[in-house]
Amino acid sequence: MTDLSAAPGAAGRAKTSSILEADARTRRRNAAEARFKLYGMLAVATGVLALILLLISILSNGLSSFRQTFVTFDVPLSAETLDPSGNRNPDEMSKVSTFGYSPLILNGLKEALSARGISVEEVPDADLANMISRAAAADLRDFVLANPQVVGETLSFEFLANGRIDGFFKGRVTYESAERDSNVTPGQLRVAEAMVAAGLMETRFNWGFITGPDASGQRPESAGLGVAILGSFYMMLVVLVLTLPIGVAASIYLEEFAPKNRFTDLIEVNISNLAAVPSIVFGILGLAVFINFAGLPQSAPIVGGLVLTLMTLPTIIIATRASLKSVPPSIRQAALGVGASKMQSVFHHVLPLAAPGILTGTIIGLAQALGETAPLLLIGMVAFVREYPEGLPQGLFDPASALPVQVYQWTQRSDPAFVERASGAIIVLLVFLVLMNAVAVLLRRRFERRW
Amino acid sequence: MPVLWIVLVVLAIGLAGYVLGRQRALAGVGGDASHLHSLPAYYGYNGLLFAVVPAFLVMLVWLLVQPVYVENRVSALIPDSAISESSTRSLVMSDVRRVAEGLDAAVASGAMSGDFARDLRTDLTDVRARLGEIGVALGSDVSPEVLIAAQSYRATSGTLSMAMTLVVIGLALAGLATAYVRTTPEYRARNTVEAMLLALLMLASTIAILTTVGIVFSLIFETIHFFQKYPWQSFFFSLTWRPSFEGGSDLGLLPLLWGTLYISVIALLVSVPIGLFAAIYLSEYAGPKVRAAAKPMIEILAGIPTIVYGLFALITVGPLLRDYFAEPLGLGTSSSSVMTAGIVMGIMLIPFVSSLSDDIINAVPQAMRDGSLGLGATQSETIRQVIIPAALPGIVGAILLAASRAIGETMIVVLGAGAAAKIDLNPFEAMTTVTVKIVGQLTGDTDFSSPESLVAFALGMTLFVITLGLNVFALYIVRKYREQYE
Amino acid sequence: MNDMRLTERNVTSSEIKISARQVDVFYGETHAIKKVDVAIPDKTVTAFIGPSGCGKSTFLRCLNRMNDTIDGCRVTGDILLDGEDIYDKRVDPVQLRAKVGMVFQKPNPFPKSIYDNVAYGPRIHGLARGKQELDEIVEKSLRRAAIWDEVKDRLQAPGTGLSGGQQQRLCIARAVATSPEVLLMDEPCSALDPIATAQVEELIDELRERFSVVIVTHSMQQAARVSQKTAFFHLGELVEFGDTGQIFTTPKDPRTESYITGRIG
Repeated sequence: MTDLSAAPGAAGRAKTSSILEADARTRRRNAAEARFKLYGMLAVATGVLALILLLISILSNGLSSFRQTFVTFDVPLSAETLDPSGNRNPDEMSKVSTFGYSPLILNGLKEALSARGISVEEVPDADLANMISRAAAADLRDFVLANPQVVGETLSFEFLANGRIDGFFKGRVTYESAERDSNVTPGQLRVAEAMVAAGLMETRFNWGFITGPDASGQRPESAGLGVAILGSFYMMLVVLVLTLPIGVAASIYLEEFAPKNRFTDLIEVNISNLAAVPSIVFGILGLAVFINFAGLPQSAPIVGGLVLTLMTLPTIIIATRASLKSVPPSIRQAALGVGASKMQSVFHHVLPLAAPGILTGTIIGLAQALGETAPLLLIGMVAFVREYPEGLPQGLFDPASALPVQVYQWTQRSDPAFVERASGAIIVLLVFLVLMNAVAVLLRRRFERRW
Repeated sequence: MPVLWIVLVVLAIGLAGYVLGRQRALAGVGGDASHLHSLPAYYGYNGLLFAVVPAFLVMLVWLLVQPVYVENRVSALIPDSAISESSTRSLVMSDVRRVAEGLDAAVASGAMSGDFARDLRTDLTDVRARLGEIGVALGSDVSPEVLIAAQSYRATSGTLSMAMTLVVIGLALAGLATAYVRTTPEYRARNTVEAMLLALLMLASTIAILTTVGIVFSLIFETIHFFQKYPWQSFFFSLTWRPSFEGGSDLGLLPLLWGTLYISVIALLVSVPIGLFAAIYLSEYAGPKVRAAAKPMIEILAGIPTIVYGLFALITVGPLLRDYFAEPLGLGTSSSSVMTAGIVMGIMLIPFVSSLSDDIINAVPQAMRDGSLGLGATQSETIRQVIIPAALPGIVGAILLAASRAIGETMIVVLGAGAAAKIDLNPFEAMTTVTVKIVGQLTGDTDFSSPESLVAFALGMTLFVITLGLNVFALYIVRKYREQYE
Repeated sequence: MNDMRLTERNVTSSEIKISARQVDVFYGETHAIKKVDVAIPDKTVTAFIGPSGCGKSTFLRCLNRMNDTIDGCRVTGDILLDGEDIYDKRVDPVQLRAKVGMVFQKPNPFPKSIYDNVAYGPRIHGLARGKQELDEIVEKSLRRAAIWDEVKDRLQAPGTGLSGGQQQRLCIARAVATSPEVLLMDEPCSALDPIATAQVEELIDELRERFSVVIVTHSMQQAARVSQKTAFFHLGELVEFGDTGQIFTTPKDPRTESYITGRIG
């Protein structure tokens, strides 16, 4: 029990050293062990931290986009300006452009301000008009043309505030920044504050962001995701309708029927390689084959859907094959044993048992497709689209945008309000993804079978 | 007849096939199904498939071939003299298509009668103005050659579409009749139906091959096109990238490749150590609770779309790196940089590396661990000296796959790396990549005859070849490695 | 049973190397080992026998704390190595395992060269001062494992390329190279053919000169052939422990007798 007898040399370590105390070498080795373990913990922590940072960055930038500043006041719809001929005929009234409506809004605003005793001396009329969204006049015009009988009345309207004013209430714009900004003046901000105090202006939840169409670069406040969501929905529909049958059919063939030969080997190699081909290459394929060769329209959900289908197929085939493989052979043998044909055993027994797995794989594949951006840029989905596509099936051929592409477009615009909008769009996208994945997880939990 | 209507008609015939086939089979045995060779439904399916499958296959092929045929025929009608110096045949053809579509729209909206559109002459009518009235805007006046070609285009298309309708519906009816005649109680309907089904399943599985073929062809044709207009030596070896649509562009691949590789290397430097260590920690050290919490969180990173990472790079990481590293160190003032894109891409690749490594580490048999621990090795010694060497081929494969991802990644670099093509060592400088330029050259108004647009296909080809090579090699290594432990 | 060569054997050492007192092992809720007392002498081959699932391997793995690597495994009671409790908080299992080496059921050479396999232990424990010394240790260990002549010309060849019997002897050489005091063997011959088994058994008998060897086996014949002491485990309990000859000829417990005569197993 003493290490005095320890002989140096080949034995190196004392033969009878106590195991109760660590020798120097063991201590060194244990320190190395602890360091190694620490690296591992740091790596995991970095990964988790990156996720948290990413989410915080998106949420802190984007949550405010769901709230918008609105201005509410009475607008006198003067008949002389809006309907010079006086017969309330929308066709003739449509000759009055938005420039005819702007002064009415400005007058209404000025009256509302003076009625509340808010001084506007330091703010010239042009600046005052600019506090309201540039979209206001067009919105008002659309409303009046749809309801010609209101001309001549004075009605209360709710308008979006200009993006800078909105940014002021969200902390993006301050008095200092307004000094340097040619698009907003401190005077406007002071009036805005007074308007909030007087109840003319308020910031609240804005459905328009989710349902409305995109808007041009000068009016970030009225830009919405409606067209993009609808476009994405149409594309997902195409992807679902095409990938599910084709993917399942291909998987059944490869897993259950395919003989082992050169041809099936070729298919296998192709599937595993396609799963790793960069998505932008699929965009090039879509451009060359679907648009230039087959002559399908640009920006159409059908083309996006087809491209995403080709991209998603390998994922779905791989998932489907895994879940077919997990059905034990005893089931197939049992079916064959009672005289079912091979095809019957697959369609009556194997496929239903594999269905939850297939569905889970499909949803995950769809979620991937929903977030895909790069290939859509090449097939013209970046176009500025303000019109909602029509209903199905015609809508598949109408120009539309897509959620992730809308994000990209907004990042390309100069007004900083679009950063908030892009982050908000990402939140919407992530909510869809979380929902889809939650459904997939639930399905897996609910139907998971261990053989 | 619109395609949708043809589809519906064929489906209706198919449905009739189902009902008729089933009825005839049952009638043959006086309603007693037990005397039939197959279940009655199979006779129905037999009728359905006979009616529908050949008709749809022919229609599909027809729809693919018809535009090419019409294009070639009409293109031959345009004399060389009608193509001006600055134009090309394909540009003239796109004019022809526009005019033909315009005439179609005019006829459809009732602004012209069908006969009028067919007999239209440029010397009698201002075609551009007439089409403008119904909302079809043309870039220039319509020359007589173009109008004649457009009218021929319409006529040929119309005839062919009519022929297709007849052929397809005729085929469906013929199929129905064949199935009906063949249906007898002894007829092996199940075997026939299953054979057809098997053929359909097989057809579905060939779509993977078709996609690859499609990719390769769409890249090759336009790449050849590009190299006819731009010397390949300059593309592969020129050190400058300066496209200008007025001509005289420099379209050198090297600056783009440099940016791509630089960013990918940084991304791998971030993701490989973190991903590998995270995989090791989670599979060898972490308790069940930590694993249950941390593993899904890291995997979430893999489910986040790349556009989200792109935005993260653009609004958070970029400004952060600029304000705290690049500017204080005097290395640059750009928020988009190689570093920004590289780090964010690295984060994106962490789960990719870690889940692949996790699989690979878990494939090392427990006996190896026991053997090493039984000799008195610490866990880290076991990992470093036994597990990692044993798993090395697999891990190399995983890293290669990650590299191929990094090289092909688009949105992060579009938003995070910048657009300036240059060869520089400073990682805080904005540089650009192959994928960014593919997007840049192919979005917006593109003219598919100029080398400035076509170069995107050559870039795509380069990208495809590089990533395919990496993938094939990596998958080969990984498969070899798996076999070793099976 | 006719190939049993039961002879009275000299237990060359009476010094106790490992003694276990009231050892219980739990896997989660399962009580795998119940109140086991055993004293394993030095320079002796001790065999643990018993039907499958009786706990003999589990107990063996307690002796160098390999059970630590299994989640949810709990050991109570005392196991003393040279009078020191190996489950003491101060004990580093790594240091313990260097003293109590282990050979496993299936040959598990590392995917490295034969040389590196044997040198692995000495390297991590820092037993050699230089290349030459390491070479000596490797050669000595391979000689002790009776495999030197077969592999001396291909030390750089991968260990996984050897035959099953050679692999197992390589693993024994690997365990011997760290000069342990106790060698635990968990059914070392179960994956080997009869010829390789005979070679390994012969080797075990030689190893007795330097180490205390504990071997788990499900083959009674093997226990009878190689061991001096035998412990019979049944359902997690140590039923009987004594000289091998005595256990096989005049078992005291009826359960031992039933097992020996082939009625349980």
